[in-house]
Amino acid sequence: MLTIENLTKVFGANTAVDNVSITVDKPMMIGVIGASGAGKSTMLRMLNRLEDASSGRILFDGKDITGLTGADKRSWQADCAMIFQQFNLVPRMDVVSNVLHGTLNKRSTAATLFNLYPTADIHRALDILERLGIAGHAAKRAEALSGGQQQRVAIARAVMQDPKIVLADEPIASLDPMNAQIVMDDLRRLHDEDGRLVIANLHTLDTARRYCDRVIGMRHGRVVFDGTPAQLTTGVARDIYGADASFSEAATSTSIEALNTPEAIPA
Amino acid sequence: MADLTAHSPIEDIRSNYLEMTRRKRVYSAVMLAVFVALMVAGFKTADNRNAGSFFDGLHRLFDFPAEVLGEASQKLAEMPAHFVTFLPSLIETINIAGASTLLGAMIAIVLSLLSTRGLARWPRLIPLFRRLMDISRAIPEIVVALVLIFVLGGGPVPAMIAISLHTAGALGKLFSEVNENASLKPVEGLHSVGANWTQRMVLGVMPQVTPNYLSYALLRFEINIRASAILGFVGAGGIGYDLKNAMSWGKGQYDEAAAIFLLLFGTIVLVDQLSSALRHRLTHGAQTAPKQKEAVQ
Repeated sequence: MLTIENLTKVFGANTAVDNVSITVDKPMMIGVIGASGAGKSTMLRMLNRLEDASSGRILFDGKDITGLTGADKRSWQADCAMIFQQFNLVPRMDVVSNVLHGTLNKRSTAATLFNLYPTADIHRALDILERLGIAGHAAKRAEALSGGQQQRVAIARAVMQDPKIVLADEPIASLDPMNAQIVMDDLRRLHDEDGRLVIANLHTLDTARRYCDRVIGMRHGRVVFDGTPAQLTTGVARDIYGADASFSEAATSTSIEALNTPEAIPA
Repeated sequence: MADLTAHSPIEDIRSNYLEMTRRKRVYSAVMLAVFVALMVAGFKTADNRNAGSFFDGLHRLFDFPAEVLGEASQKLAEMPAHFVTFLPSLIETINIAGASTLLGAMIAIVLSLLSTRGLARWPRLIPLFRRLMDISRAIPEIVVALVLIFVLGGGPVPAMIAISLHTAGALGKLFSEVNENASLKPVEGLHSVGANWTQRMVLGVMPQVTPNYLSYALLRFEINIRASAILGFVGAGGIGYDLKNAMSWGKGQYDEAAAIFLLLFGTIVLVDQLSSALRHRLTHGAQTAPKQKEAVQ
């Protein structure tokens, strides 16, 4: 359903994403791992068309995404939800309005400018919030919520879009372990219950192992690993991060369970 | 040992620093001397070119205010009647200011968004919109008003257009500085759901910048009240026209002039107080309201 062909992004002299080709044939949960600056974010941003590709193509259900402009591009963005590390909500607006922003592309500009959304949409937004367990905060301003709650509002906005793909750019990087788990569980449910394709950039290996059906490793803009979580051994992980033998994934784990395993304490 | 202390680094630093201080003091003294010389020379030139002499006229500086105040205090009983007489023209002046602030601010919002890096609809046209704002605030209101009064005839409409034009340029510049400080994260969030430019600006940027916009607009409203009063002098109606009449008819009408001055002064104080209260409510009030509700529960 999703085909990425020789996708490349160049910033000046810097090649952020270098000739990446990935094929996804059915909805699944994909984790993208790699060191900072490996090109994970840029790749996701190109999928959502927040960033234009320098060369290469992205095909979704046979349609070329990379060449879309204007209304076609915005319509694709509506089908391709994005979740950000810093949530990117409108802080001074209430939670339900933020969720309703997911429908902006389908409604007339004039109506949305005055916050006139159909009652059915408002009910659906509240149902989504209920499903994510934060309906109690519906009338609060987004800025009044904790980080974990804000990220769930962002997920609700993504669900409101009724997207074909959900992209998540480091969704748990600014959250504590408890909230990180809740957010990852929610993302997993988007795949398990709704059957959506979910692609998440992750900065911890154990999260990728635990939640994803397929893991893609990137280094210096290239795909250096593409396989199942079981194939992701410590040796492979060292290659992805360019680390030496002192590398221990438990040392930086944010999972609560990691505390119980003996390897968690570095020698 | 003695050698060592004589050349220790702290000794060098100390002497270097004192040397630098001396040099700076000399520069300052020279600058001060030049400044004083320029001031004195400039003042003499200006004084010579004056029709009368500055010092000869200086003692008459307070003659006019004294005359106005003297006449006003003699006819104190007529003051309330004057206030009532001039109230309609004061309202006309405020109306001109209000309408032109509103119109100017709306144009300013659009211009400022179009000329802010990172938000602009057409990034390449940013210099064009900036120059447009520069031009509209460089031309004084009174020049535009005089031209428009010549074309359209006297009345409040030319004044309103003139002040709006100036307001659009002045507020646009200030608004665009506010926009630069707005967080781009919500804007990017809305971009990712496929929102168009107008939606991104109104739903993503406006909630962040509205309090600042409003406080600048209210400040501009005060300035525009004065501007529209001045435009009355050139035939744009309102309280300025009455003030011009009261002052140019000379003695006998100064009580009216004093009443108009008092009205203007009172209006500006009132607008200032109202605007600060409004700004306070907008930035703090909305946040305390839900807290109070929680406390009740």
